[in-house]
Amino acid sequence: MNTGDTAWVMIASALVMFMTPGLAFFYGGMVRRKNILSVLMQCFIILCLIGVQWVLYGYSLAFAPGQGFWGGFAWAGLSGVSLTPYAGYAATIPHQVFMIFQSMFAIITPALIIGAFAERMKFSAFLIIILLWATLIYDPVAHWVWGIGGWLRAIGVIDFAGGIVVHVNAGIAALVVALMIGRRKNLDKGTPAPHNVPFIALGTGMLWFGWFGFNGGSALAADGIAVNAVVVTTTSAAMAGLVWAVIEWIRGGKATLFGVCSGAVAGLAAITPASGFVNVTAALIIGAVASILCYVGVSIIKPKLGYDDSLDVFGVHGIGCIWGSLATGLFASKMINPAGADGLFFGNPSLLLTQAIGVGVVLAYSGIGTFIIVKVVDLIMKIRVKDKDESMGLDLTQHHERAYTVIE
Amino acid sequence: MKLIIAIIQPDKLEDVKDELYKADVNLITVSEVLGHGRQKGITEIYRGAVESGNLLRKIRLEIAVNENFVDATLKAIKTGAKTGETGDGKIFVLNLEECVRIRTGETGNVAIG
Repeated sequence: MNTGDTAWVMIASALVMFMTPGLAFFYGGMVRRKNILSVLMQCFIILCLIGVQWVLYGYSLAFAPGQGFWGGFAWAGLSGVSLTPYAGYAATIPHQVFMIFQSMFAIITPALIIGAFAERMKFSAFLIIILLWATLIYDPVAHWVWGIGGWLRAIGVIDFAGGIVVHVNAGIAALVVALMIGRRKNLDKGTPAPHNVPFIALGTGMLWFGWFGFNGGSALAADGIAVNAVVVTTTSAAMAGLVWAVIEWIRGGKATLFGVCSGAVAGLAAITPASGFVNVTAALIIGAVASILCYVGVSIIKPKLGYDDSLDVFGVHGIGCIWGSLATGLFASKMINPAGADGLFFGNPSLLLTQAIGVGVVLAYSGIGTFIIVKVVDLIMKIRVKDKDESMGLDLTQHHERAYTVIE
Repeated sequence: MKLIIAIIQPDKLEDVKDELYKADVNLITVSEVLGHGRQKGITEIYRGAVESGNLLRKIRLEIAVNENFVDATLKAIKTGAKTGETGDGKIFVLNLEECVRIRTGETGNVAIG
């Protein structure tokens, strides 16, 4: 056991935990004032719900050495998950540190999806959908890519910190739910303005801060690879935020704070799968291209197609990380990480194809699986709130609370 | 001259504005208010402390018009704000004694439009 490694991954766990409240404010600022508490609530209850699910059986399904599909129940209730290292995942830190670090990924992934159905889903239906999704989609996909015996890992798919497992997975699920639940009322009058842009900036800051742990911690050691991950992560975010501002300047005449925040998050998402495998030059390119693709996705394609992925989960996380995962197949180098692989630009074109298979499989499985889960829950209890409740806002109708008083 | 005050649902504001523009009524003042009428407010709960009958957010419109615009304005608000459910709101019409345009000092009918 290495105390330096252990200390870093413990801190990284806390950094990643902080991203879920960060995401709550990032999303919460974008909704109308009558719905902000519902967004914060959904993020916080996922921290609680999946926090419990993970130690009861989620960690076992995702990470117990098992069949190709999932890990089974061998480690349910953390049975056999000890305070000494488990060399199969990380030889220098206690097994439970790895477990709790991973729990924060299992929490933020379903939390990402809520942006797609913001302002219109029943809280009860939401809880059931999230629990089923974490169990039947997230845990198996995490197992395929990261678990011992996982079949995507076996064919050589690499995903350093969760580009495929977290962002592509949540992104496509978000798109599917958005299509199924339908557009919010009154959207033909124009997209409602974000009610609190400072919250968006606060959330972006918390996400960016936490992402040092998300990607840096995924090295599972306080070593050169962790440093590389931190350097390329913040560089990609910086580049992407800058490029988004430039695009806005060219197209609309003014750079916006909301735009820079969106760009930074797109850059953070895109670099995630690549962060342990690529150098800083690649990070600049990955960030810049992520911003361009996501800008086109949210500002041009989404309005044309007319679906209401309300807070652009697919547009930013999905598109950003499909690009990032494929870019890993281009820019990965064993000079950065000997345990990784070489990409197309380092003489190994097959990695690009492998990455494309990994992305394609997760898009298909998560897309279809999410459709089935949402369909079943909708048949049983209707996932969407009544029109009147939607008008009045989810804060009052789902939670009997309001965020802002008007008088006093 | 009349002063028309309307209390409407917040999410009908855009519809009402559209109808008013169609009726060529372009000058409105909008504020956020709290209230409830026959429809009861909603219960709120904070750490188990129940507060019932609380007030709901509404939008208050103030529109000053000349006589010949009154009917069109009322019709526009009714069309835009109506859902048929309790809580759609109310319109009040008041006599307006005077109107002054601050920039020019004009008063009366010419100052309104």
